[in-house]
Amino acid sequence: MNNIFVYCEVENGVVADVSLELLTKGRKLADQLKCQLEALVIGANLKGIENSLFPFGVDKVTIADDARLFPYTTLPHTAITVKLFEEEKPQIALMGATSIGRDLGPRVSSALHSGLTADCTSLEIGEHEDKKENKVYTNLLYQIRPAFGGNIIATIINPDCRPQMATVREGVMKKEIVSQNYKGEVRTLDVSKYTTDTDFVVSVIERHMEASKVNIKNSAVIVSGGYGVGSRENFKLLFELAEVLGAEVGASRAAVDAGFADHERQIGQTGVTVRPKLYIACGISGQVQHTAGMQESAMIISINNDSQAPINKIADYVINGDIADVIPKMIKYYKKNSK
Amino acid sequence: MKGLKIIVLAKQVPDTRNVGKDAMKADGTVNRAALPAIFNPEDLNALEQALRLKDKYEGSEVSILTMGPGRAAEIIRESLYRGADKGYLLTDRAFAGSDTLATSYALSKAIQAIGEFDVIICGRQAIDGDTAQVGPQVAEKLGIPQITYAEEIISVENSKIKVKRRLERGIEIAEGKLPMCVTVNSSAPDCRPRNAKLTMKYKRACTVTERQDASEDYISLFNDRPYLNIKEISLKDTKAVESEVGLSGSPTKVKKIENVVFQVKEAKVLSAKDEDMENLMVELITNHTLG
Repeated sequence: MNNIFVYCEVENGVVADVSLELLTKGRKLADQLKCQLEALVIGANLKGIENSLFPFGVDKVTIADDARLFPYTTLPHTAITVKLFEEEKPQIALMGATSIGRDLGPRVSSALHSGLTADCTSLEIGEHEDKKENKVYTNLLYQIRPAFGGNIIATIINPDCRPQMATVREGVMKKEIVSQNYKGEVRTLDVSKYTTDTDFVVSVIERHMEASKVNIKNSAVIVSGGYGVGSRENFKLLFELAEVLGAEVGASRAAVDAGFADHERQIGQTGVTVRPKLYIACGISGQVQHTAGMQESAMIISINNDSQAPINKIADYVINGDIADVIPKMIKYYKKNSK
Repeated sequence: MKGLKIIVLAKQVPDTRNVGKDAMKADGTVNRAALPAIFNPEDLNALEQALRLKDKYEGSEVSILTMGPGRAAEIIRESLYRGADKGYLLTDRAFAGSDTLATSYALSKAIQAIGEFDVIICGRQAIDGDTAQVGPQVAEKLGIPQITYAEEIISVENSKIKVKRRLERGIEIAEGKLPMCVTVNSSAPDCRPRNAKLTMKYKRACTVTERQDASEDYISLFNDRPYLNIKEISLKDTKAVESEVGLSGSPTKVKKIENVVFQVKEAKVLSAKDEDMENLMVELITNHTLG
């Protein structure tokens, strides 16, 4: 009872990365709170899905398997989640900030009258003192997220309502296997007891899904390279840093024209305009053509061995150095210091 | 078929998209003067979808409902200029401090007070919070289904609504029975501009409070031309429970706010030495720039 639940998304028998990332975070929170980590999977043809989940430290997998539960529609998934949460009374419930999680989360929170924080970038456990009521709350979930167009970072808490719900975007948290041998229990729900026929009023009559594509526009962190990166081979360093930071890789026009990066990654007047929280410009000189597409980034770090590069004028941090030297260090010290 | 009754939910928001580094004051508070109040962009996409239904299905009526302070009547007038038929301003001091859930509760009560509807249409999310929660939460409170991320409402025939959805990784066409709540994406067509005739017609549309504040008589105006009345709805009119709105009705509380906007200043110059690199990464993690 009072465990941590992660709603896991599955498509074609594969668990979404964001769900595995949340399980990884959920495992850490569960250890801190000394409770269990549970996964909820709702869909069709889910036989054996628990085997993809247990390695992430899941103590219990609850499965609702029914042909009508895929593709996702709002009401049946809501009905199952709400009823299960009413029975199990989780203290924390996490979902991906995906097309599904952002459709389901508010519905569940509205039904349970519990607080939900969207698009958290960090989740921590902490306490809260309500001076007015003279009450101290311990073991609350701090739901930390940018707000106001990214201009502020807010820490949100739900002192009194349970579950404490949060959604998190893909790539924000790390994905880490606890142990290939980790084993928990499986519980299969009788779907007919959790849904009614009227829950199936919406039907999906057509569906075209594509594999994940480059999505620099919505990425909170962008590692971008210019002509100064030198080669397509050297761009691999940028991809390594991006992978570690949960970022996307962008490029200036000069780098794209030189064949170092694909056109879909081009940022600037003739590419896409981005406003990430953090823009790491690697070997980019900073032509207006390029800066027009990224100057509204909340924070800009420029890595360049030319200390006079124009981009340094709009940067918050300027690192004088070679990317081959700097990027491996950034990776090393990020890994060392991130939770 | 008889026309559709459509209610569009809209929000007036501070324009957080087009602000430079002066959006925050040095003390970390929001510099409201630098942020004009605008019609939430995706709510305009929603309004356009509603107006297209009205064009297509004769006898349809588009009402616009917004919750906010008195000045939010501006976006109702804006909607009337573009083709909406009626406007409602849900306003009450008791609503101050509402989170998404308390807001949704108040809106659902207001919708019930307004009366029957076939479709509720709203923007997917507002740019001041980006939560995308209010649409689904309202639908849940009203006990109706939802179709989110609409790019186009394809048709409403025989009490069935067909919607093209734009998802992160593809598209879907979903169909469901009315009544339905639809949330609209920014990838949907832009809203039509003001119509000159309608702008003339509704130029003087206002709320009772606005009339009173201008020391003008509203009774004769609204008697002569009732369409100029932007109806104000208070907590009492909605029959909402007071403890369920405002701060007391909000399960989420803001514990802490940190300013992350960096003033234009001299860039910090670092070397590629290990010490500088480690300090930088620690700083980025501590201030939540990196998760």
